[in-house]
Amino acid sequence: MGLAEFFKKKSSGNVAKDRLKLVLVSDRANCSPEIMEQIKNDIINVISKYVEIDAEGLDIKITQTESEGNNGTVPALYANIPIKDLKTPKK
Amino acid sequence: MGEVIVITSGKGGVGKTTTTANVGTGLAKLGKKVVLIDTDIGLRNLDVVMGLENRIVYNLVDVVEGNCRIKQALIKDKRYPNLYLLPSAQTRDKTAVNPEQMKKLADELREEFDYILMDCPAGIEQGFKNAIAGADSALVVTTPEVSAVRDADRIIGLLEANEIKSTHLIVNRLRSDMVKRGDMMSSDDVVEILAVDLIGVVPDDENIVVSTNQGEPLVGNDSLAGQAYMNICRRVIGEQVPLLDLSGKSGLLAKLASIFKKNN
Repeated sequence: MGLAEFFKKKSSGNVAKDRLKLVLVSDRANCSPEIMEQIKNDIINVISKYVEIDAEGLDIKITQTESEGNNGTVPALYANIPIKDLKTPKK
Repeated sequence: MGEVIVITSGKGGVGKTTTTANVGTGLAKLGKKVVLIDTDIGLRNLDVVMGLENRIVYNLVDVVEGNCRIKQALIKDKRYPNLYLLPSAQTRDKTAVNPEQMKKLADELREEFDYILMDCPAGIEQGFKNAIAGADSALVVTTPEVSAVRDADRIIGLLEANEIKSTHLIVNRLRSDMVKRGDMMSSDDVVEILAVDLIGVVPDDENIVVSTNQGEPLVGNDSLAGQAYMNICRRVIGEQVPLLDLSGKSGLLAKLASIFKKNN
């Protein structure tokens, strides 16, 4: 990363652009906090069947990611799920 | 058959009325027959920006309610005989008119005018719905600020949902000095975020305040904003016009020119 890029990152214009990109993704997804909470709970339920996870530390959000195709950035559901312990198989 | 264009933004104070006045006047300058409709019922503004506030007899609500014929309510512009204004009512509210009535009005005016410009109120409620009801296309005005761009995104979504096919963006009040030092989003940044076609960039220009004070749109004069608005008008009628260079020499020259004008 060059010096120019370092300063560019700090400029308020770019801060504005990055903040807008994020806020618009969730605006457009029209996802209410209630729905996000439901998604979160469902994920916890499903994953918990197989591994022990830290439900408190679980974090999900709608964000953007570079698509693998050529259509630029696309919305993505990002989930950070800390695993406490892989469940030891019964028996 | 005329084209009905709504000028909208979501957020207030970004320059919808100024844009309507200048684009309308510019189209008239280019020889088109134009009518401007102020759809902001209760907060009448376009008349003072156009300098026609002393000539109002009837208004939009009178026309819709059948108190007068459309012709009686249209105010002819001071400078351009092919430019008209249909003022809004000042003592009523948005509920005095509904979208069906606006659509009918737009369709009647279509017969006689080349361009019908609807100056939309801020917000996304009834006033917005009225303004877009009869529209074929939209000019979305935004400034390079997070609040205005966010609202513009919402508006663009609503325009799509209401099946307004053609939407173009105007980035207003751009300060090229701030863009240059990275403290303002560029028009490219805004276009990238909103993913909609750009039809023009208007610089933040003191001349706009002066022209509004005087009630005379500055479109077509040699100020940067005047040139930028004229370019937008040319693009509206389908000409290919390159984007104006808002920085550097032309800006300085325009500034010098305006200084000399003031001294004369």
